[in-house]
Amino acid sequence: MRLTCPLCGPRDRREFYYYGAAEYLNRPAPDAAPEAWDDHLHNRDNPAGLVQDLWYHEQGCCSWLKVTRNTVTHEIVTVEPVAGGAA
Amino acid sequence: MRIDGKGRIDRTRPVTFRFDGRAYAGYKGDTLASALIANDVRVVGRSFKYHRPRGILTAGSEEPNALVEIVGPANQTPNTRATVQELFEGLAARSQNRWPSLRYDALEINDLAALFLSAGFYYKTFMWPRRFWEGLYEPLIRRAAGLGSLSGRHDEGVYEKAWAHCDLLVIGAGPAGLMAALVAGRAGADVILADESSEPGGRLLSDDGEIDGAHATDWVARVLAELASLPNVRLMTRTTVTGAYDDGTYGALERVGLHRSPRPNLPRECFWRIVAKRTVLAAGALERSVAFEDNDRPGVMLASALPSYLNRYGVVPARRVALFANNDSARSTARSLMAAGVEVVAIIDSREDAPDEPGIALHKGAQVIRARGRMGLREIMVRAGGREFRVEAECLGVSGGWNPSVHLTCHLNGRPRWSDALAAFVPVEGAVPGMLVAGAANGSFSTHGCLAAGAEAARASLAALGVAAGAVELPQAEDAPYQIAPLWAVPGKGRAWLDLANDVTVKDVALAAQEGFRSVEHMKRYTTQGMAPDQGKNSNVAALAVLADATGRGIAETGITTFRPPYAPVSIAAMGAGGRGMGFAPQRILTSDQASRDRGAPMVEAGLWYRPGYFPKPGETTWREACDREVMMVRCSVGVTDVSTLGKIEIQGPDAGRFLDFVYTNTFSTLPVGKVRYGLMLREDGHVLDDGTCARLGDQHWLMTTTTAAAGLVMRHLDFVHQAFCADWQVRFASVTESWAQFAVAGPLARDLVTSALGHAPDLPFMGCAPVVVQGVAARLFRISFSGEEGYELAVPTRYGEALFRDLTARAETMGGGLYGMEALNVLRIEKGFITHAEIHGRTTAFDIGMEKMVSGKKDCIGKVAATRAGLVGPEREQMVGLMPLTGSVLTAGAHLFAQGADLVRENATGYVTSVGYSPTLHSHLALGFLKNGRARHGETVRLVDRLRGVDVLCTVTDPVFHDPKGEKLRA
Ligand SMILES: [Zn+2]
Repeated sequence: MRLTCPLCGPRDRREFYYYGAAEYLNRPAPDAAPEAWDDHLHNRDNPAGLVQDLWYHEQGCCSWLKVTRNTVTHEIVTVEPVAGGAA
Repeated sequence: MRIDGKGRIDRTRPVTFRFDGRAYAGYKGDTLASALIANDVRVVGRSFKYHRPRGILTAGSEEPNALVEIVGPANQTPNTRATVQELFEGLAARSQNRWPSLRYDALEINDLAALFLSAGFYYKTFMWPRRFWEGLYEPLIRRAAGLGSLSGRHDEGVYEKAWAHCDLLVIGAGPAGLMAALVAGRAGADVILADESSEPGGRLLSDDGEIDGAHATDWVARVLAELASLPNVRLMTRTTVTGAYDDGTYGALERVGLHRSPRPNLPRECFWRIVAKRTVLAAGALERSVAFEDNDRPGVMLASALPSYLNRYGVVPARRVALFANNDSARSTARSLMAAGVEVVAIIDSREDAPDEPGIALHKGAQVIRARGRMGLREIMVRAGGREFRVEAECLGVSGGWNPSVHLTCHLNGRPRWSDALAAFVPVEGAVPGMLVAGAANGSFSTHGCLAAGAEAARASLAALGVAAGAVELPQAEDAPYQIAPLWAVPGKGRAWLDLANDVTVKDVALAAQEGFRSVEHMKRYTTQGMAPDQGKNSNVAALAVLADATGRGIAETGITTFRPPYAPVSIAAMGAGGRGMGFAPQRILTSDQASRDRGAPMVEAGLWYRPGYFPKPGETTWREACDREVMMVRCSVGVTDVSTLGKIEIQGPDAGRFLDFVYTNTFSTLPVGKVRYGLMLREDGHVLDDGTCARLGDQHWLMTTTTAAAGLVMRHLDFVHQAFCADWQVRFASVTESWAQFAVAGPLARDLVTSALGHAPDLPFMGCAPVVVQGVAARLFRISFSGEEGYELAVPTRYGEALFRDLTARAETMGGGLYGMEALNVLRIEKGFITHAEIHGRTTAFDIGMEKMVSGKKDCIGKVAATRAGLVGPEREQMVGLMPLTGSVLTAGAHLFAQGADLVRENATGYVTSVGYSPTLHSHLALGFLKNGRARHGETVRLVDRLRGVDVLCTVTDPVFHDPKGEKLRA
């Protein structure tokens, strides 16, 4: 598997650290309902198809990246930095 | 036997080798198989299940029979294909799966018991009584059935792994692959041409074909010379591409030193990961056999192997050869053999309408029904037009047609398509993104077809990369159509082999179908067909054709099992190259490492770091003696220890303070310059992430420390919080863990030692920090403590670390102090109730460790909301406590805590122990642990039980801070 880091170019997946769903970018307000926090922290879909998740270019530029990929075809659709609008 | 004037071996370089202890002669350029054939060795192994004598079947990496052990000085490599192993001086090989010898094998009795060993015998014969399975049946089966044996020792051989990148990867250097590489190479593309063999050329080296009116090998030589002149083309011989993976990544195994006499530091193999923008698969095709009674006799071979042995190695397996075919390809084999003086006694062609072949005894519409000759073929029985007759021959070449090598196209879930015209599976387009299949691998079996397809595949691949390939003139070559009439198994009563490697017969497959294993995947597992080292390369298609027949379905409908990586066996040692022993993980070495080892300190692993456990003194016989002494030394005079392993992160920028407020539970933005504060970090789910100190070095300049274990984790976390939630804040971080060596000085005499080292008194309040100069070197001094004593930490650039460590050690020793190690450090912190990742192990909250007051109510921070949710606070939580045994017993980490009198069952466990140590200060074993509602239970007695280590002790529950609870010594 290879990801194209927007800063570093195409790299092997061994350079990246996988974190979890891109939902982690949507941090609820401190006074949001407990259900909102519960959803944010714990509740995930497990789709066959397109998913968005977070990868860290740990052995590269240290960018956190939002990756859109297909769990069925393994296609990497987009790789975007989370800094600069993704949040 | 050797044929004069034939072959590509070097007859000026004789080579001696041994097989089963006996010395033989061959030539450089031979494989072990060709050299054995030259020496008329016919039996090379015993079969997997029935221990039947077996000879060489093929001339390639798909060989199912001729598997041998290669015995080297430091290695014993089982299941080596004699057809792949090149000869070198001193090569020693041994046949497999026979006892006591290849000729007389005691377990040949299995062959007589074949009735009981048919498909599924594992599941039937050995089911009862059930308890006999582990003790009796399984060991018996394992001894009786099997292939080579391992040495039982470590593989001390050298292996490598490497990466390569290219525009175009061409897999296979036959006519299609060479043409593809030539087109792409001339266009300037970055090309890797990988070929499994020792010499590129593919079938062109084996067959007596012509290209441009001359011998095809002349064309091969010209192309190779041109490719060698192109700096943008890399030719990798002896390299098998073993797997296709996502995004143009391929695995490949290169035989680097396996064809040479071993010498130190010569790698045996290299496992490559090749990243290619585009790929041309030109892996050719594999000939397949036809099943008939006793078709496994030594001397029955694939027809195409015969010209390979003749034209590449100058050997033939016999003077009299018969051929059995259902297609035209055996004809050129016959002509090639006859030209070399070999007698071709008959061609048995199963096709009624087979074309004539002048000068050869041709039997049309005929079938070989039986082979005879247990230790080597003597004769075959032929049935033609209702008549049966014998043909005497010592070798039978069989061609049941050709299977395109579609394997790599299936590695990403591609399913090949059945072609009735070719009676074979062919690849489907786009099965592997970026890969085009050309030549015989795609079902083009003529030389012209291969050359044209190779050129076209290269051109199309380059066009997809935006590179235009110039016109390349196609050389002239034969373009004969491929004509085949499928024949998989000759009807008959006896056993007819499909899978030679795993001893699976036509009857086994039919039996599987009869017993309901009608799916090809079920048949495979029930009969074990296709599960041997050759992975069914020789038998898959025929076996499923037999299954299709037995179940009354077509082949396309029956389907095929999945080809998975690797295409050919790969040594684990090559994939894990460099990972043995200390190569398993990188080592992080302290600047004080040598100084610690000089003092006899045993080093303990802390993550990737190596830290001294303790510093033994003469006369001390146990680690405890040293540890107790070091603890008392710190409590009574002064100790020095290296704390450089703690993570150090520099944080700068106008928003640094604000950022720290967001990641720490407590407030940092208000901390004055020159002060240090202890901080707690949570994960967003409310559990503790890490703890440590953070010093304000300047108005916009901070230095965070993390625990050793979580340094990387915290860095990742800071980057995430910043980039995900506040990327516009002006703050930047850099890890400086490796840049600074840092030493703790602790004890009542710590200030004196620091004074002596600096040349002046430190003049720092508790939790203060300041830049200092130590012997001319700019350094940082912090007044912090992890021992409960007055403590300082002195940091210098790494290059001065060892000198400062030795200097501080000498000064401490003149004051009656000295070095202390990890063991003492641990006891000191347990006495003070300081936590490590034994306590903040990922399931504890700030509330659990008694630090909920550190979660500021005035600001938001990561983890704050979740930390207060129901279930993470309250009396139901297991809270951190100290534990002291009522008697002087040893305590163990991992022990469980029970109420006195409660049954010792899991449901009654009310807590557990995380850290233990013997405190020489308090003359007692101490423990930290977590106990349900523990903070309200100080003074109670609980039962500490560790059934694994036989510990059962009553303990008093205490405050976690055992020593100096008011912290007076710290602030002295
Ligand atoms: Zn990057």
